[in-house]
Amino acid sequence: MKRPRILPYVLVAPTLLFVLVFTVLPLGEALVGSLFKLKLNVPKYQHPVFVGLGNFVDLFKDTEFLQVLVNTGLYVLALVPLLLAAALVLAFLVERKLTALSFFRLALFHPTVLPMVSAATIWMFFLTPGYGLWNQGLHLLGYAGPQNWTGNPSLALPALVLVAFWKNVGFMMLFFLAGLQGMDRSVIEAARLDGAGGLRLVTRVILPLIRRQSVFVSTVAFVGAFQTVDHVFVLTQGGPSGTSTLPLYYLWSVRFERLDIGRGDALTVIIIAVLMAFTVANFLVNERHES
Amino acid sequence: MRAKPLAAARFAVLAALAALMLTPLVWALLASFRPPDVPFALGSVFFASRFSLANYAKALALAPFAHYFLNTVLQVTTIICAQLFTASLAAYAFARWRFPVDRLLFTVILLQMMIPTAALLVQNFSTIRFLGLYDTIPGIALPFFGSAFATFLLRQSFLGLPRDLADAAAIDGCRWDQELWHLYLPNAKPALAAIVLSSLSFHWNDFLWPLVVTQSDAARPLTAGLVRFTQMGEIGAQWGLLSAATMIVTVPLFIVFLVFQRQFVEGYLASGLK
Repeated sequence: MKRPRILPYVLVAPTLLFVLVFTVLPLGEALVGSLFKLKLNVPKYQHPVFVGLGNFVDLFKDTEFLQVLVNTGLYVLALVPLLLAAALVLAFLVERKLTALSFFRLALFHPTVLPMVSAATIWMFFLTPGYGLWNQGLHLLGYAGPQNWTGNPSLALPALVLVAFWKNVGFMMLFFLAGLQGMDRSVIEAARLDGAGGLRLVTRVILPLIRRQSVFVSTVAFVGAFQTVDHVFVLTQGGPSGTSTLPLYYLWSVRFERLDIGRGDALTVIIIAVLMAFTVANFLVNERHES
Repeated sequence: MRAKPLAAARFAVLAALAALMLTPLVWALLASFRPPDVPFALGSVFFASRFSLANYAKALALAPFAHYFLNTVLQVTTIICAQLFTASLAAYAFARWRFPVDRLLFTVILLQMMIPTAALLVQNFSTIRFLGLYDTIPGIALPFFGSAFATFLLRQSFLGLPRDLADAAAIDGCRWDQELWHLYLPNAKPALAAIVLSSLSFHWNDFLWPLVVTQSDAARPLTAGLVRFTQMGEIGAQWGLLSAATMIVTVPLFIVFLVFQRQFVEGYLASGLK
């Protein structure tokens, strides 16, 4: 078939235009803008002043930003492994036929469908000191620590992890479940006959078989954890004293509360660099594994 | 017979976990139906109260949730229609022909899957303001009119159609748009459903971007409306009222999900085929 000469470009143009205007162009803007000092609320800096890498240097000298880095590290390191492990266990539990199975799956999965702001509002109520069911439950288990989870410097970040865990574990479970159901049963039977059982069966046989799903789920969990911010707005507003500020919340507050545009651009560059580095690393590891 | 007790144990564990997972939502639901004048006290939340819709009436009177709902519906519909349109065209071009720099263009579009739009909200905010679309529904929707995910998924689906079939249609005098409309799209229904449902749940639930580009109730969607509501001074710790507002925001999409559960799950899974 003869190919029309102009038509393909015309058809691709709309998608390309929107990607250029809302992904490529802003990326360039952030890169350029990060090199200038521009603060809307400081007369001296109301017009951009070139500072080279000054914004980045300032950020890494600022304890506030270092606190955000620590928070993010702790948040991701706590949430991602917890999510993956629990999702895998749940997938095993709901994989085979059982009475009321579809109800159980729905019960585990339903938070995925809620908006994060709704989930966080429900948890704000759930975590209330005093009569909040969370504290009552913990009390039954013998917990006697502080009850004000969202207002306590050492509990605010764990509270965010908790909400994100509840919200996303069913979603992650779904992918492991699809992996388990698509597995070749005979391989497992053979391994079992060879005497592989329990943990070894899982780590040596089953996990490699669902590697594709595992890689995908870890990517989603990481990228998701790195960008979730809605629960911060509802539950803690980054506090108390910055102990639960996550990257996008910090970005929002720098740009829209403090009107520091240069620093906002530098932050955007850092956030995107981390995400890209992760994606590329993931891709490289994957490629090496495939070949 | 080892299977029986094992299955029973699995059932018990699952029942306990399911109950744990459901507790927050069920508790909030029950709280929303309590009369506002009966105070909460230790242990009395599940029992010892009357059924009342007063919290819902009060929430609806305090904030224009019906209007927020309409805004969300308009915003999500606009995005989905635009995405289906732009992605069908681009996916068709990429699947039907090889043309100079097609790989490059495809890669540029795929860049959008690597860089979440959420991270670029500051710059996109400036663009939307520059375009004069601040605080409007088109302003919330516009950045999502092109979708790498939708283009990718549709292209995959289109590639599954035998090339000979399309060539035969072209020899019979079929124009490209007829080919796309009558041949390619009808064969891509699962991909289309996956795009609609994943886009629906993403944009229905999106919060930060609409928060940043709206300032009045005129364009504000349900999510941003709810957060504003929770931060209203006079609300305080009226948990019944807050729960009612949360339910108003949450239940519509939840019902859609219950009805189309299978399709939703398939849509989510399709997003994993990348």
